[in-house]
Amino acid sequence: MQYLINYTLYLADTTLILSQRNSEWCGHGPILEQDIALTNIALDLLGQSRSLYQYAAELIGNNATEDSLAYLRNEREFKNLLLVELPNTDWAQTIVKQFYFSIYQLYLFQQLQQHSNTHIAAIAEKAIKEIMYHARWSSEWVIRLGDGTTESHGRMLNAIDELKNYTNEMFIPTAYEVEMNIDLKLIQQQWNEKVNNIFEEATLLFPNKTFSQTGGKTGTHTEHLGYILAEMQYLQRSYPNAQW
Amino acid sequence: MEVQDFEQIFQQKIDNEIKIEPKDWMPDAYRKTNIRQISQHAHSEVVGMLPEGNWISRAPSLKRKAILLAKVQDEAGHGLYLYSAAETLGISRDEMIEQLLTGKAKYSSIFNYPTLTWADMGAIGWLVDGAAILNQVMLCRTSYGPYARAMVRICKEESFHQRQGFEVLLVLSKGTNEQKAMCQDAINRWWWPSLMMFGPKDSESTNSDLSMKWKIKRKSNDELRQNFIDMIAEQVKILGMTLPDPNLKWNEERKHYDFGEINWDEFWNVVKGNGPCNKQRLEARKKAHENGNWVREAALMYAEKRKNRTATKVA
Amino acid sequence: MKNYINKYFYGDYGEIEGGSSSSNTTEHQWPLWEIFIRSKQGLDHKHVGSLHAADAPMAIENARDVYTRRMEGISIWVVESKYITASNPDEAGELYEPAKNKIYRHPTFYQLPEEVNHM
Repeated sequence: MQYLINYTLYLADTTLILSQRNSEWCGHGPILEQDIALTNIALDLLGQSRSLYQYAAELIGNNATEDSLAYLRNEREFKNLLLVELPNTDWAQTIVKQFYFSIYQLYLFQQLQQHSNTHIAAIAEKAIKEIMYHARWSSEWVIRLGDGTTESHGRMLNAIDELKNYTNEMFIPTAYEVEMNIDLKLIQQQWNEKVNNIFEEATLLFPNKTFSQTGGKTGTHTEHLGYILAEMQYLQRSYPNAQW
Repeated sequence: MEVQDFEQIFQQKIDNEIKIEPKDWMPDAYRKTNIRQISQHAHSEVVGMLPEGNWISRAPSLKRKAILLAKVQDEAGHGLYLYSAAETLGISRDEMIEQLLTGKAKYSSIFNYPTLTWADMGAIGWLVDGAAILNQVMLCRTSYGPYARAMVRICKEESFHQRQGFEVLLVLSKGTNEQKAMCQDAINRWWWPSLMMFGPKDSESTNSDLSMKWKIKRKSNDELRQNFIDMIAEQVKILGMTLPDPNLKWNEERKHYDFGEINWDEFWNVVKGNGPCNKQRLEARKKAHENGNWVREAALMYAEKRKNRTATKVA
Repeated sequence: MKNYINKYFYGDYGEIEGGSSSSNTTEHQWPLWEIFIRSKQGLDHKHVGSLHAADAPMAIENARDVYTRRMEGISIWVVESKYITASNPDEAGELYEPAKNKIYRHPTFYQLPEEVNHM
């Protein structure tokens, strides 16, 4: 049972933290139309995280709620991927982060749709159309920026370099993933193929030799997560037991 | 036909409640007034994203976070609808944005006040959006067609904004003593600035006469302000809170609430740029626009490349 | 109609405020698109507004994000605004008035006995 809780929290934390990062763009996007588009993605991810937290809360019992899980766990308990907690540096890096994650999430949720746990399967089923759109939207931006101007191409190279050590974590299974019976090998294969195809169209190259920064899935994070949580959780921590 | 004839036909249409559409003849001043008003309205929506955006990362529950994110996103949408309406008058969005960023165009001064606590999210929804809605409902019947249509769409979407604001405050008003104090404090800080949103008194407003004749505006500043006060003075009772005006009381003869004098010195100072956040808001918009330059350029360049490639393939 | 009457004011707001009237940024902005949305199966696409996008696929996606956030649509058409040709309102008389004289095109023109009046 513990593995199922951990796994659900892994997905919930990852979608929440990416949503939190994306929502930093709200009101600051490069053009109104895209401000709205990225906020839509942030809202989708937030919605997914809520479904997952609600299910985790059900499994945990003990009066746990979506909010107690999101707001009252600390840095070492969060299980999100390191990739999604990295600070936004520019639009290119935000796009590449979203692209890497969306492609991963797409193939992962395709598997989860068929999962023997019907709760997880139902959550995946509900989210898959949103994810397909995120994958499409972010792929198009990768191509547009990679094959755009010299500056945008250069910024994409920077972003790819900045993030290069943070993609493998998605595919290195933790104990709870093994118990969930997820075929991460297959996902990695699909992911590599898709990313390489899109990069080719974008006149970009995926770095072939990378080091793997890991630990997020088991609660060992970058320094950034502490600040995200300090900000996000401040009201719940300052006014214990208050209703909002 | 002479200009006078056109003007006569134009005014007849207005008087007969026939909407003016983009290609119709209109007096220069009507076009200018609409461009000014619509673009300022658009800027207000976009700058208005900032004070509330300030609390997205700190919203106290996932539900509140989703609501706030959706609301701020709606404001981006409203800015977009309004820029589009103004564009039908022959000005580009880029020009309007340039006017905002160089300080030539104004936006609603209310957004130059800071959002200090979570309760401000409630107070903005209830008071600021409440005040805006009175204005916007009136504008759904404004004489310029594209503006009126944008407003209809906006009013439809806006309807949840005020309700969620009131609900935020309602929960706080029933909460701990600290939450109640937070709620009252936010009402105290936002009350007077929200009354200022209706603009100067009718006796001192310069643009109003012509705007009324052309039915761009249909109610005067003072009329709208009085409507607002009458509405809020009743609603505040449900919250068990008070409004920070010792002179506020029901006048049985007028069938309206009497209220105290607005601090017009503060009003004009904030308009002139001396508000607590004027600089900060404009800086944020400038930064977003400048950081977006290369993104917009790249997208255009890519679109161009793709078009050329398709053209080559066809040939 | 004389030309000066129909003049379009680019950036005239700036003139009022004492600033310069135009900028060279306009050419670099994403083109404007008109958006048409089918709200449900069986209905026509209807004009809902406009937006900016770098190209047609992006215009469709932007329209999806901007104009269908509340389930307003199931199908989207986009067309770049510059390709819309509009009729001239000054010719409204000659274009539309003649139809008014042909009341026999309307079913209400015909008085029929009660028994077949729902024909």
